[in-house]
Amino acid sequence: MFSYILKRLAIAVPTLLLLIVISFLLMHSAPGGPFTAERELPPQVLANLNAKYGLDQPLWRQITSYVWGIVAHFDFGPSFVYKDRTVNQIIAQGFPITLTYGLLSFALAVIVGVSLGVAAAIRHNTLLDYIAVGLSIGAQVLPNFVMAPILVLIFTLWLGWLPGGGWQGPEYWILPVIALSTSFMASIARITRSSMLEVLTSNHIRTARAKGLPERRVILRHALKPAMLPVISYLGPAFVAMITGSVVVDIYFSTGGIGKAFVDSALNRDYAVMMGVTILMGALTILFNLVVDILYGWIDPKIRY
Amino acid sequence: MALLQIKDLSVTFDSQDGPVHAVNNLSLSIDKGQTLGIVGESGSGKSQTAFSIMGLLAGNGRTSGSIKFDGQEILGASPKVLNSLRAKRIAMIFQDPMTSLNPYMKIADQMAEVLTLHQGMSKRDAVAECVRMLDAVKIPAAKERIRLYPHEFSGGMRQRVMIAMSLLCRPDLLIADEPTTALDVTVQAQIMDLLNDLQREFGMATVLITHDLGVVAGFCEKVLVMYGGRVMESAPTDPLFAQPTHPYTRGLLGAVPRVDDEDASMTAIPGNPPNMASPPSGCPFRPRCNYAGEDCYVMPPLADFAPGRARACHRPVEKVIA
Amino acid sequence: MMVATTENNPATEGMAARGRSPWADARRRFLRNKAAMFGLIILLFVAAFAIFGGLFSQWSNEELDYNVMGQVEQLGGPSFANGHYFGTDDLGRDLFARTVQGTQISLAVGVVGAIIAMVVGTLYGATAGYVGGRVDGIMMRTVDILMAVPYMFVLILMLVMYGRSITILFVGVGLISWMDMSRIVRGQTLSLKGREYVEAARATGVSAPIIILRHIVPNLLGVIAVYATLLVPLMILTESFISFLGLGVQEPMTSLGALISEGAGTIAYGTTWQLGFPLLFFCLTLFGFFFVGDGLRDALDPKDR
Repeated sequence: MFSYILKRLAIAVPTLLLLIVISFLLMHSAPGGPFTAERELPPQVLANLNAKYGLDQPLWRQITSYVWGIVAHFDFGPSFVYKDRTVNQIIAQGFPITLTYGLLSFALAVIVGVSLGVAAAIRHNTLLDYIAVGLSIGAQVLPNFVMAPILVLIFTLWLGWLPGGGWQGPEYWILPVIALSTSFMASIARITRSSMLEVLTSNHIRTARAKGLPERRVILRHALKPAMLPVISYLGPAFVAMITGSVVVDIYFSTGGIGKAFVDSALNRDYAVMMGVTILMGALTILFNLVVDILYGWIDPKIRY
Repeated sequence: MALLQIKDLSVTFDSQDGPVHAVNNLSLSIDKGQTLGIVGESGSGKSQTAFSIMGLLAGNGRTSGSIKFDGQEILGASPKVLNSLRAKRIAMIFQDPMTSLNPYMKIADQMAEVLTLHQGMSKRDAVAECVRMLDAVKIPAAKERIRLYPHEFSGGMRQRVMIAMSLLCRPDLLIADEPTTALDVTVQAQIMDLLNDLQREFGMATVLITHDLGVVAGFCEKVLVMYGGRVMESAPTDPLFAQPTHPYTRGLLGAVPRVDDEDASMTAIPGNPPNMASPPSGCPFRPRCNYAGEDCYVMPPLADFAPGRARACHRPVEKVIA
Repeated sequence: MMVATTENNPATEGMAARGRSPWADARRRFLRNKAAMFGLIILLFVAAFAIFGGLFSQWSNEELDYNVMGQVEQLGGPSFANGHYFGTDDLGRDLFARTVQGTQISLAVGVVGAIIAMVVGTLYGATAGYVGGRVDGIMMRTVDILMAVPYMFVLILMLVMYGRSITILFVGVGLISWMDMSRIVRGQTLSLKGREYVEAARATGVSAPIIILRHIVPNLLGVIAVYATLLVPLMILTESFISFLGLGVQEPMTSLGALISEGAGTIAYGTTWQLGFPLLFFCLTLFGFFFVGDGLRDALDPKDR
């Protein structure tokens, strides 16, 4: 198991470095560079700016110092637009908020999705199954940017039960969390249901029943683990999609998370902030994929070695 | 009183193409310690009969008739009743040892749970007992290997584990559903020898389901020949082999290669087993039978014709020859 | 001993008894699939709306109706009297005409994006699978690494740097989605590689690119068609997401995502039709593609039957 984790780590670290280098090159190859966008600057000012942000150095120098800054000091450098703020400060302000509702959404999607899927599989072809299948098909076409306005329309404008934006307490968390988690909850329920149904017809489950185990124990001890394997492989992509979806939540619900900073920087061409956010999200993704791989190895003994 | 008494068992599956009658009006009985072979080709209903006894039929299966175990009706019994019998009094070994063990659990865990559940043993005692049972099925270094996962065992070894697991509670009845079909020929013989020894040692009644008449000859006291979901012939093993009278039984015996008789050529039965979604009318074997006549369009009843022997045939071979 | 092989479940036995060609079989299964036929009808309706909707429109998508301007909430609702079947947006533009155009753009992005992903993924996967060995190892490891990148951020980065043109959107959406396709195609190629006709072509000295294009790819068309159909809704989702953030297609052009964004931004003023109609067509389109794609997969992919 230990060597398995080491092997996974050996893939994760170069992936992260590659991501940093690619986004840096992408930024570097952008036509014009960061300061030539809107208005024409005098040549002397431009040169000064380039010198200040290190853009007059040779390319490999820029890359190494940028990478070194991130790896050694966790420093993404200064913002190109806000003169008095570093990328780190901008991220530090929004990240805790994004993390809060992100983790809540993820937990909600997994817990409700898996329970619903298992229940539907156990009660296959009953009303409960049909309702679960219907809900999860319907929710497939309700991504976060569709759910968000619908939720606000119903719960804020019509019913007036919940605030439609802001970040001042737990009641502000509810709508963002539901909007972000719905479609993933549905996918997880669908995957859980079909993989559970498949596992329940497998030979080793028949053996477990033949051993006289109560159905509850058959499901929990023998069927649940293998049924979770496809779900776990879906968690990686789902995590990425949720991170992406957080941008919509931040914009629509004005939660003040990191997504807002990202879109603002995109509209202001603040490359430093965009790259900082991209790399941070990439690092989270890679870290999460590592966790998924380890989970997978923990469940399936054949993978471990 | 018989240990297991099946009367008029029928099993029907609802499929897209209409009902499939997998087993029709099957009756049999086994006494304590007796060995019975159920022989037949694919789709003859022999495995579905076994699953009916264990209550393990697929969800779209319907049953009628009666299965009594030790006087108690168990066909359609509640899960609670079935679970109190399974493993404890009736145990089963399955066809495919590669997939029948849980690949995600250590052997120790999946074996020990039988004892902790049914005998209320502590985990430690249960594992010790499991090691003893693995020794009994001749798994070398059982004490260490019980800590392994199934994929670290060969097919024959996995079937030994399955056998050991099924015997943990010393059941009164063991059902072995094609226990050697998925194994190499040399391993097949070893497993059958082991089953034979264990049957003598533990004295449990055994139902051996197989398509291999050769296996039955060395193991069973009684034989039930099935075809197309119906019993064709039932008889003690020795007379069945000495004087087969049902055309199908004769066909099966002709298809067994013989080492002792160089002249005897091996003759396969022409044609294929029937499609159970649309079985032929009358006797299911009629389309493949060399002796079939007009009367075979009506299903013959299963009738006794000698002490302990019964067959369902309008044209048993002796009559045709005579 | 020679009589029988292993015993099958009698319920499924004998199903393959009658000889049918695999394609006819697949067509029969597809036509019998109610959800897939339902999806097909939905898709035909949406396509007809996108293609012929303009003929029924009494307003162009850019015209401002000065009669309703400033009183959109009272006068801008759906009405046959003034020719605004779906009402108007907050500027007094006809929502019917705009929804027709938005549907056109979304369908176009979906289909073009899926085609790009399909072509790139197929060639990449077929090459990796056909060449095999070390090259295959490196190519597929690269895909593994690329899968861990949060694409939406990179795509937005690209859109900002190279200008928000619809071409970049089309190409970008396609280029970030070819990885799954390449994995599937590679797996299929590996199994095709050993077939006799491929061996024969190789023995007679046909070059690798010709073999891939002439012998491998045509035999993959079924699988490719299924996954391309399932890619279209994902492409539409991606485009809508970006347009929702205001980073996608630019005015006066619009897409369903952009219309949903506008509708979501104005629900507080009571103009719910601005959200409702684009949302309806968005959901119908996704439903149609998901149902048809699932139906095709069930019909063509024997594994999931």
